[in-house]
Formats: sequence, structure tokens, C-alpha cells
Amino acid sequence: MATTPTPESDNRKARNRRVGFAMLLIALGMLGLGYAAVPLYRVFCQVTGYGGTPRRVDELQASGIKAIGKTISIRFDANIDRDMPWAFKPEQITQTISIGSRSMALFDAENNSDQTITGTASFNVSPDAAAAYFNKIQCFCFTEQTLQPHEKVRMPVIYYVDPKILDDKDAKDTEQITLSYTFHVAADSPSLAKK
Amino acid sequence: MATIPAGTEGFQAHHDDHAHDHDHKPGFFARWFMSTNHKDIGTLYLIFAIMAGVIGGAVSGIMRAELAAPGIQYLGWWASFLGENGKDFTTTLHLWNVLITAHGLIMVFFLVMPAMIGGFGNWFVPIMIGAPDMAFPRMNNISFWLTVAGFTSLMISAFVPGDVAGHGAGTGWTVYAPLSTYGSPGPAVDFAIFSLHLAGAASIMGAINFITTILNMRAPGMTLHKMPLFVWSILVTAFLLLLALPVLAAAITMLITDRNFGTTFFDPSGGGDPVLYQHLFWFFGHPEVYIMILPGFGMISQIISTFSKKPVFGYLGMAYAMVAIGVVGFIVWAHHMYTTGLSEDVKMYFTAATMVIAVPTGIKIFSWIATMWGGSLEFKSPLVWAIGFIFLFTVGGVTGVVLANGGIDDNLQDTYYVVGHFHYVLSLGAVTALFAGFYYWFPKMSGRMHSELLSHIQFWIFFVGVNLIFFPMHFLGVQGMPRRYPDYTPAFAYWNHISTIGYMIMSVSVVIFFVNIIYAFVAGKKAAPNYWGEGATTLEWTLSSPPPFHQFETLPVIDELAHH
Repeated sequence: MATTPTPESDNRKARNRRVGFAMLLIALGMLGLGYAAVPLYRVFCQVTGYGGTPRRVDELQASGIKAIGKTISIRFDANIDRDMPWAFKPEQITQTISIGSRSMALFDAENNSDQTITGTASFNVSPDAAAAYFNKIQCFCFTEQTLQPHEKVRMPVIYYVDPKILDDKDAKDTEQITLSYTFHVAADSPSLAKK
Repeated sequence: MATIPAGTEGFQAHHDDHAHDHDHKPGFFARWFMSTNHKDIGTLYLIFAIMAGVIGGAVSGIMRAELAAPGIQYLGWWASFLGENGKDFTTTLHLWNVLITAHGLIMVFFLVMPAMIGGFGNWFVPIMIGAPDMAFPRMNNISFWLTVAGFTSLMISAFVPGDVAGHGAGTGWTVYAPLSTYGSPGPAVDFAIFSLHLAGAASIMGAINFITTILNMRAPGMTLHKMPLFVWSILVTAFLLLLALPVLAAAITMLITDRNFGTTFFDPSGGGDPVLYQHLFWFFGHPEVYIMILPGFGMISQIISTFSKKPVFGYLGMAYAMVAIGVVGFIVWAHHMYTTGLSEDVKMYFTAATMVIAVPTGIKIFSWIATMWGGSLEFKSPLVWAIGFIFLFTVGGVTGVVLANGGIDDNLQDTYYVVGHFHYVLSLGAVTALFAGFYYWFPKMSGRMHSELLSHIQFWIFFVGVNLIFFPMHFLGVQGMPRRYPDYTPAFAYWNHISTIGYMIMSVSVVIFFVNIIYAFVAGKKAAPNYWGEGATTLEWTLSSPPPFHQFETLPVIDELAHH
């Protein structure tokens, strides 16, 4: 503007800067919240079973659960990531278990390569609504697994389905729950560069 | 709206005397490339948006031609034209993905947003509130040129490798992981994401500028509740941009680091979750659709009031309806993700929350109709476009209420029903509003009258054309035709053929648009300061057409007794 600076226009400039700066802080705050969503989302999924995240329980929590008469079918699914040189499959395709009782499923993994490879398994439960009631006491997916060249292992999962599933209107009609694993090369795998 | 009291008319003449002393414009390069003048930057934004819109529209022309009949007809030729192996089937299919991505990104980020906010917002927000310019004129310049840089980055992405199949980013405008992370290893997707970064940064700066301008630079007496509704619409839009765009920036920055620096935000092998990307994207993406339409609402309010020769019905209700749309727009994002495995309760919440938005939107539609009711209507071209907007936007709104239902959406998601829906609100709604605003303000901006006859002809051809394009898509969608594919079963051939004919009709209307602009500059009459007459009461009509390079060196005073 062609006007000469006056105390009034200086005052306006300062006010503009103040509001502009406050707005910039809001924008930066939203950027921060975008990143904060990552850990919050993870915690949210673990707590609620949202998105098919099954729950992990310890022996103490599991000890109070009693089996009830009703049975449910569990299907097992095993996959490998695209650059994972392992063979990985469940020993049983399905199990019919009593809701509330503790069961064990076995998975076979074999390292088909000539290198030592550490793998880590991601897991998911379908349907999503049942995930909150699918509890794992022990699982090979809790830790990384290292296989020597051509080594073969059997890996157990100990789990139970919480009887509370029968009180959930979304999940109570579930006839079969699928437990799915995918093995990935661990990020810190000793001899195979990841991707 | 603030009516200008008789007393301020004297200010116009007073100002013109001044203008001859002060109104020296800088030379061509300094004026257009280093511009800090809100009107010049607005003009640049409009020219840029029109050029980007022509490119984005041409891309949809290629797609409509391909979809005119079942089978792959033209994609191979276009792939060869772009220097790729057009005989390779996967390359031609990848080109299709590149086309839909380019069309979506260009139309959203480089046509509608620059035209509505950068173009009309820059031009008329300062004038309508009686301010000499924007609060931060230099930042305004940066915003514009960052938008151009973003568009350039998107164009570059079309000519570098995308994935193994060919050049360009074929991720869709949503850039979902994992397709956009390890699904597309080439640099094209990096360029496309960088383009969003630049356009996003530009819009955030623009938003800060608008908020500061509107909060701090209003003329004496111009209280918030006397601001014209267009200014209200830009204020709400700017807040939406400020709150939504940084979340997109966070999400796409995570994509960039997932792609290039080994992070695993969205990669299950490292404990990430691709669905998280969808949540972040749509937390931005849903407010984004209101960002694209709210300034249109503002323009339609000005136009309807002008040509009804009465103030808008329910001014405060209209202003706060936009605020309500903006607020509720932030808590409905998961209705874009009904099929990602949400529980019944979550779906019920998002269904209900989404439908609530129909209430403030309904307030706006009915208030526009009530403004026209009993008004002394004059069917000048902007009003005809505005009424067309109300009709088309209402159709899009009705299909939106259908899609808001979680149960129905399970069936309709990713079908042409969705494509029909969002083109009715955006392509037809937002673009019709842009044309309405263009014809309303073009003589004010250029100083030359366009041809009303050509504008009316353009409207009717456009109206028939776009309805022919998009209405049949609802039938196709209900019958189950999926989006995002270049081919379909012959059962869908009939309505696809009709749709392509509609495109050809619509493209004629675009030619008429350009003819009209050329006519205005070559043979158009000089525009008077207030060429729409007594109904046009906002501050821009107190200035000459075009307004002086620097306006309001003496601030106008708005009468405290002036009614809306």
C-alpha cells in the first residue's frame, strides 16, 4: 500500500502477525495430531480388538475362564510375505472347540533358503467383531523366530474364545473364526536385507 | 448481507480522484510474476484453474471415449502416444489408473480449490469486507506459485516410471497404501505425493491469510454478522483447510518415509496398518469435499440475493449452517470406509452423523428458495446457473443420503453409483457454482461485459450434457458396474454409450465458454460499476469495473443501522 506507516498501521501489522502466528500453531498442532494418531490407533486396536486385532492375555487372566457347552469352529490360515523364503502352513485347517476352553493349534515353518533368517509374524482375526473375544495365551507371533538354513520347526498357539462373545450382538452369531498369520522377514534379520 | 448506506456512494468518486495519482501499476513481469496484489493473484489463480481444468477435462474425455463401448479401444494408442509400449496389455491398463488418478487430483487440487478459494476468494474477500488487500500479500504470492509448482510436479509424475507396468502414478486420488507404498515402486508416486505436499502447503498458507484478513482487516462497522455470506463461506472453508490439510500432510509424509526411508507406518510387516492410512486420509478427505463446495454456497447466496433484489432469507441461519456443516464434516469420515470391517455400532454412528449434515444443507437449499420466493426475479445468466446449481446439488445430496446408509453402502461402494453421486455434487455442483460466480463477477474483474445470450446457451448445453453423463451412472452403479476399470461387460454398454454422448455435448458448452470470454475482450461493452443494478448491494459494486489497482485507501464505513 502506498500509505506511509502510521502508529495505526503498525498496530494492525502486529495484530495480523499475532493472528497469523496463532493459525500457524493450529496447523502445526494438527500435523502433530496426525502423527499422534499412529500410536493412539495401535493402542485403540489392541484394547478394543478393532480391525481384527486379537487380544493377548497372560496365564493369570486366562485361569478364570470356564468352558461352556457351546462350540465354535476355528479356521487357520498361514501366509508368507512376498520376499520371505519360508514354507509356512497350519497343521490343522480347522478345529472345533468349546467356547471358553483352552486349545492349541500347531503351525509348521521351514526355511527353504541357505541363509539364517529371522521372521516375525503379523496376525489378524476375521470376522473383526470376534477379534475382541479371541485371546491368545501363547503364540510364536509374540517374539521373532530365527530359523537356520533348511531348519524345520513346529510352532504352537494356545488360545481360547471368551464366553462373553455370546453377549455381543455383533459377534454372537459367529460360526467360524479365522485366525490368519503372515510371516515377514524381520527388519533386523541378520543376513537378508529387507526390501 | 451488509447493505451499503447511501452515504458511502460519495466515497467512490472521492476514491477515483485518488486513483489517478496512486494507481500506477508495476511493469508486466513485476505485476504478474512478483504480484502481491490480491486482485492480480486472484486473476492468476483463475487463469491457472481454467488451464488445469481443461487438462483434467481432456483426461476425462479420453476416459469417456474408452468407456463408450466394451473392450479396450483407445488406451493402447494413448500409451504409444505417451512413448510407452502400447501393445503391452498391462501397460495400457496401468495408463487407465494413471488417467483416473490425474483426473481426480487435477480437478480437486488444481481446478476447484484454486478457482473457488484462490480465484474468487482472493478477488472478492478483501473488497467485500472493505480491506485494501489481504493481510499477508507476499505470502499470498507464495501460495499461488507453490500451487503452480505442485501442478508441475504432478505433470512430471506422468512421465517417469510408476510401477513395473508403466509411467505415471496409478494410485487413485486417495493414494491408498499399500498400492502407493510397495505396490508402486517407481518415482512417479513420489512426484505425485510431493505435488500434494506443495498444493497442501499453499492452501494452508492461503487459509492463514484468509482467516487473518477476515478477522483483522474488516472496515469500520463491518461486524462478523454483517459480512456477506461469500466471506462467511471462505472463513469457514479456511478453518476447514487449516484443520484438515495438516492431517493429510502427516499421512502422505508417512507414505513418503514408508516408500523411501524404511518406516512401516502402513506396512504390516513392521507392525503398521494400511487401514490407518484410510482413517487419516478421510479425516482430511471428508472436510475436503466441503472445502470444495462451501465457497460455491457463498457465491450462490450472493447471486440469488442480487437477482431476487432482496436480502438473503435467514442470513444468520445461512451463515451458521455453513459453520455447522464444517463442524459436523470432521466427525463423519468413516462413511468412506464402511467396508473396512467397522462394527455395527460404529457404522450406525457414522450413518446417523452423516445424515445430520442433510439438516444444515437443507436449511441452505430452502433459504435460497425462500429468497427467490416473492422476489423480483431477473433471469440474468448468473441466476440461471445458480438455479441449475440448486437442482444439481440437490440431486447429488439425495444420492448422498442414500450412500450414507452403512447397509446400502456395502452394496454400492466402489460402483458407478458413487461416481454419479460425487460428480453431481462436485463436477455439476461445484463447477456450476464456479460458472455462476464467473458470469456474476467476470465484468467486475475484466471491465468488459460478456454475452448474456452465449452464457444462457452455454448453460443449457452444459446442463443437458452433464446430466446425460452422470445420471446414467446411477443405473450402472445399481446394476453393479465397478469404478476404476476401463472395460465392462456388454450388459453395461447402453448407458455407457449415452454417458459418452453426454460428454460430447458438455464439451461444446466449454467451447462456448471460451468464445464468450474472447467475445467479451474483443467486442464486449464496458462494464459499469454496478452492472447488475439495485439488487447488488455488497461493497464490490461501489467500485469501478475493474476496481482500481489499490482500493479503499480511505476505508469505507458501514452504517451500524444497515440491515443484512
